[in-house]
Amino acid sequence: MFRYIVRRLLQMILTFFGATFVVFALMFANQDDPIQALVGEKTASDSLRAALTERYHLDEGFLTQYWYYMKGLLTGDLGKSLTGRDISEMLADAWPVTIRLAILAILIAAAIAVTTGVYAGIRRGGLFDNGTLLMTLLLLAMPIVVLAPLAQLVFAMELRWFPATTTKNATLYELLLPALVLATTVIATQLRVTRTSVVENLRADYVRTARAKGLAPRRVTWVHVLRNSLIPVVTLIGVDLGVLMSGAIVTEEVFNIPGVGFNLARGIRTEDGPLVVGFVSVLVIIFLIVNLAVDLLYAALDPRIRYE
Amino acid sequence: MTDIKATMDALPGIDHRAPLLQINDLHVEFRTRDGVAKAVNGASFWLSPGETLAILGESGCGKSVTAQAIMGILESPPGHLTAGEIRYRGVDLLKLPEAQRRKVRANRIAMIFQDALSALNPVYTVGFQLAELFRMHRGMSRSDAKNRAVDLLDQVKIPAARSRVNDYPHQFSGGMRQRVMIAMALALDPEVLIADEPTTALDVTVQAQIMGLLAELQQQRNMGLVLITHDMGVVADVADRISVMYAGRVVEEAPVHDIYARPGHPYTRALLESIPRLDLKGHQLNVIRGLPPALTDIPRGCAFNPRCRYAKDPCRQDPAPPAYAIAPHRTARCHFFREVLGE
Repeated sequence: MFRYIVRRLLQMILTFFGATFVVFALMFANQDDPIQALVGEKTASDSLRAALTERYHLDEGFLTQYWYYMKGLLTGDLGKSLTGRDISEMLADAWPVTIRLAILAILIAAAIAVTTGVYAGIRRGGLFDNGTLLMTLLLLAMPIVVLAPLAQLVFAMELRWFPATTTKNATLYELLLPALVLATTVIATQLRVTRTSVVENLRADYVRTARAKGLAPRRVTWVHVLRNSLIPVVTLIGVDLGVLMSGAIVTEEVFNIPGVGFNLARGIRTEDGPLVVGFVSVLVIIFLIVNLAVDLLYAALDPRIRYE
Repeated sequence: MTDIKATMDALPGIDHRAPLLQINDLHVEFRTRDGVAKAVNGASFWLSPGETLAILGESGCGKSVTAQAIMGILESPPGHLTAGEIRYRGVDLLKLPEAQRRKVRANRIAMIFQDALSALNPVYTVGFQLAELFRMHRGMSRSDAKNRAVDLLDQVKIPAARSRVNDYPHQFSGGMRQRVMIAMALALDPEVLIADEPTTALDVTVQAQIMGLLAELQQQRNMGLVLITHDMGVVADVADRISVMYAGRVVEEAPVHDIYARPGHPYTRALLESIPRLDLKGHQLNVIRGLPPALTDIPRGCAFNPRCRYAKDPCRQDPAPPAYAIAPHRTARCHFFREVLGE
């Protein structure tokens, strides 16, 4: 187990360099005139232009810029955004709210998907099963650009159950509506995977044994079938958590949540290279850690998997 | 623990003088989209304490389905028990409410399955799966139940039981896994044990060990054993009586020595002739012509008639042959049993 973790950590270093290099290259290729993007409509003065070019090494070649960037990153200095703010400071502001939002969303999604999926699996082909199938199809068909504003309009503006927008120090209650919206993006697949997995496991021989042991149906389902069925679902939940942390751009925009997606969207719009690369680098690390955690959890759920 | 067995005896209508297990005219069918498959068509047999009854037959003859029906673990749908009685000590199990039926399982009638690797839950330790029985049926604490699990592994002669109790099924060898299965079935001291092809998945030397262990534990506990198998070699060594099944029916029932010496049903006879024998080395082996009938389309009259060399007109007409009493303690469902016996 220990050796496995060390090997995975070494792999993560490689992945990290690869991913940041690609992001840096994409950002570099996309750059037209970041200084102009920064000042907007006005024209930048020659002295300002020279100062900014100097500070961000904008006249250097790609590899040199990458070198400067990695040097800063490894010494804990993410540099400054083109707006002049420290990127590490922006990250410290954005991450907590995004993490809270993503975890809240994944908890809601997993709780609903697993319980509903198990019931649908037990009553395969019944009314409940077909009903959830229809619901999940609807959810899958509904893009988040429609769902997020719609939810805001109905539940916040009209019904006034939730606040319409949030702030940096949002409470869990304020984050509930955006988290629900985010949860709908992942709930359908999680539910279908749980349901299929339960249906498969219900046919397994060990279920017959459990029944022959005179166990109550509830125990057979929630102890014997569930743990086996969860093995594929856990992987999916892990990947979804990573996606939710990085992919909440639309939701964060709509509900005005100053999180990672919100900043990232602005950075891309203003061609703010250091900001985008800084945020993505941290995203890559988070993603890798979540993936490692999922793999370790996998081994905890399925004793047949041993990492050596 | 004896107290709990005593309260269990409150099973309504229990009669300790009644036969341990009696199956009367059991019918099971599977209703599928492709039609109704009649898996069991009037199976009847009985079992006494300490006795071993072998149920013999080709795959698909309804022997496993019968076992699952006795346990009450038939997958339903598609399986439906359409007629018959399953009496344990006089109590018709089919008339019991599900909660009481569940208490009969493992407590009074337990079952061993063929492939222990798939029959054990892969994600729990064998200790957990054994202890679960004591926790759920006897209300024991986790640690007491765990100790009982270790005792059980000792009883089925698994070395280093105290440490192996924390292992997972995949960490055991095939033979050891089947021992775990046996331990699990015997945990609550059942009076009837149904073993569904307990040694089929094992290699020959291990088979003998497992059968030996089963016989030993059966004697210690004076348990009734229903041994389901297609292996006539296994049967000859351990069984007291044999019920031969064909197309969901018991076609012959007899004490083991009688059946080997003089089979009373053409199917039994054909089965015996299809065993390779050392003294007939070099001769052509007799095989049974044709295939067992599809359960959706069982022949009229005697189900075996299309493959039978004794078959005449009455065999091809309903009703099917009744169970003729051909000798004391022997029945055969064949109109021409005298010919078959060679009288």
